[in-house]
This record gives sequence, C-alpha cells and structure tokens, in this order.
Amino acid sequence: MLDRLKPGRQAQWAALCLIAGGALLTGASAWSGEAVKVGIDNFTFAPNVLSIAKGTEVTWMNHDDIPHSIVIAALSVRSKAMDTDGSFTYKFEKAGAFSYVCGLHPHMQAKVIVK
Amino acid sequence: MSTELTASDRRGFLKCMTWAGSAMLWTVAGGIPRSHLIGTAEAAETGFTFAQVSDSHLGFDKPVNTNVAGTFQEALTHVSGMAEKPAFIIHTGDITHLSKPAEFDTGFQLLKATNLQTYTVPGEHDILEEDRKSYLNRYGKGTKGDGWYSFNAHGVHFIGLVNVVNLKGNGLGDLGADQLAWLEKDVKSLSASTPVVVFAHVPLWIVNKDWGWGTADGAQALTALKRFGSVTVLNGHIHQVMQKIEGHVSFHTARSTAFPQGVPGVAQNPGPMPVPPGDLRKFLGTAKVTLVNTKSPLAIVDTPLAG
Repeated sequence: MLDRLKPGRQAQWAALCLIAGGALLTGASAWSGEAVKVGIDNFTFAPNVLSIAKGTEVTWMNHDDIPHSIVIAALSVRSKAMDTDGSFTYKFEKAGAFSYVCGLHPHMQAKVIVK
Repeated sequence: MSTELTASDRRGFLKCMTWAGSAMLWTVAGGIPRSHLIGTAEAAETGFTFAQVSDSHLGFDKPVNTNVAGTFQEALTHVSGMAEKPAFIIHTGDITHLSKPAEFDTGFQLLKATNLQTYTVPGEHDILEEDRKSYLNRYGKGTKGDGWYSFNAHGVHFIGLVNVVNLKGNGLGDLGADQLAWLEKDVKSLSASTPVVVFAHVPLWIVNKDWGWGTADGAQALTALKRFGSVTVLNGHIHQVMQKIEGHVSFHTARSTAFPQGVPGVAQNPGPMPVPPGDLRKFLGTAKVTLVNTKSPLAIVDTPLAG
C-alpha cells in the first residue's frame, strides 16, 4: 500500500495503519480531506469502524481471492464487484453513521462515521 | 424404467448421485450414512436421468484452480459420456465469476458442446453487472421475474427458482413475495403424486446462517410444496455436498466444478479453500439424478471427482 503513496504521506499512512492494525475491529480515525483506505482481508473490513470528516474519500481495497462489493444502503451506494486487488472509492459528503456490507457476502459488515 | 408414474407407484423417489470416476460412495438411506466403493453399479442404474452441475465460476483464476474452464469441461465430458445418457443438464448457478460477457460466452460454448439441453438459474456471481441483467440477457427468455420458471419432463415437475437478487441479513437468499405467489400458482393444479424437483442457487434450507448459506423465506416455498409426496431440492453455492431429508423433502447441494469452499465450523470464512496440488478433483464434481420408483427410503449417493 505504501509504495503507491507520495513520500510525504507515508508517515500519515503508517500512523493510520498502526491504528488500524492495533485496533482492527474497533475503529480508526482520519483527517478531513484525506484519502482513507479500508482493506478487505479474509472476509473482514479493516478498520471495521472508520471515523472521518466530511469530504473524505474512502477507498476499499479487496485483497481476498474472491470478489467483494460495497453496499451502503442509507446512501444508495452499490459498487461494482471488486475482484482481487480491485478497489472502489466513495467520497462521503454527508455527516452521519453509515453501516455498509459486502453485497456478495452481507455478513461482512462495517461502519463509516462521518463528522 | 417407465417415466409414467402409475397409481400404485404413488411416490417417485429420486436417487441422487454425485458422480465422477470411481471412488467412494456415500449412501444416506433412511438418514443413516454408509460408505462403500463404487464399481460398475452406476452404469446399471436405470430410469430417467438428468445431471446437475454447479458453480463453474468461469473467469476465476486464483491458485486453487487456474483453469476453471478446463475442470468445467472435464465435468461436462463426464456428464455427456455417461453410459445412461442424461436427458438434460441443470446448472444451479454461478456459471460465471464476474458476470463478464466473455465468461458467459465460454459457459455457453462449453454447455452447447455437450449437445444436451441445459436449464439454468443464476447465482449471485451471474448478476454482478450494474443493471443485474447480465444473466437475464443470456438466459432469461421465457422466464418470469428475475428468471424463475418451471417445466415438466418425464412426469416430473421441475421448478427453477431465483434466490440471489436481494440477499438478506447475513447474506441469506431471498425468493420474495412475487416469486412465492407464482410458485403457489404454478403447482396448484398438480397432483400430489407428481414428483417435484426444485433447483435454485443458494440452499433453500439453512446450512449456515452466519455465512448466509440458506434462504430467508425458503420455508415458505416448502410450505407451498408440502402436499407433494416427493420433493427434491437441488442447490449449489456452497461448493460441497450437504444433504438432509425432512419428511418427503430431500435437500442436496452439489459440488462446484471450479473450487472447493471452506466447511462451516472449520474454516474461518466461506472463501475458496486451498487444497494440496493434485487433490483438487477430489473436491469437484457433478451430480447425477435418477428417478426411480421404489417404496424404500430415499437414497442419496455421493462420490468425489477423484481419489
């Protein structure tokens, strides 16, 4: 993931990854306007709960060997299926707590909190 | 065997056989599983036969199986080469992996090469395109709603249901009110002695709720069929054989022709299950279903593709 980022952002990403890694199922925060990534590994979204500021772009990256998709019902968002190493990006413009699931495996559930 | 059921043969039983090569048979008779080696007994089966294939996932290219078209073709070659030629093939969904036109084309060509009539229902992988029409554009002709339909063959009433369009809760399949109303109407005029075969992608019974392996309103469909003396439910989706018998209803899920998936309670998730190289065919297979008239308990026989 880091090799795709500008060097100046690597420290921020490293910090985010530390947060995500240390609290995989509890959540992570992001700065306003920053791009944030959510990994999909082993049928799990990480971070599972993500706090972001309005205007933040979230990119989901599928690392599984089976397709996944993102369905945010409250926002009528339905991504295309992401095959392995595929991604989907959505910019959160509204405040609120948005639960989402994988459209193919709806037992995969997570949340984005937009402040 | 005659395909006409006489009054004395009130119950037509379906004998299901997951077929492939020669190997271990699992027989469930009266709920008691027994295993023994399959020999040439299969060739001696008589009666109306059809084949089930499932979950070919054309387009999948991950290490567990980098040639899913090859294993699908292999399975179809087995089917079309059966000593007792099947009347037709039922594909219980996930023909493709990503609903891509090229994947559908490959599936169409491989199935066509068998020279056997094919009946299909969609899996969730077949309706991934935005308008969800990728499957219907190819296979929707003559179907209702999202692709459900019924037909009669050799005295058996076949019903293809679609339960992958609006996955519920944990991912459970869903038939929906329209399809259930259609089902009730579809079977209304049938005699209770008519054998019924229902096929759909996601199991109609709850195999594993946490993984969405079941159909939320499957019980309502079964209620519409409860007066029938013989109901056989054929599903795919879970890439492994599971079966159970409830009263006059026999449930059976088929192996994939592409890759195995984890076993509930053992695997962490329902994704592709890595297997040792060379062992893949032990986990793939097809199902051969034969209508027999008997008063003995329903028998379901399964064998792996190899090993």
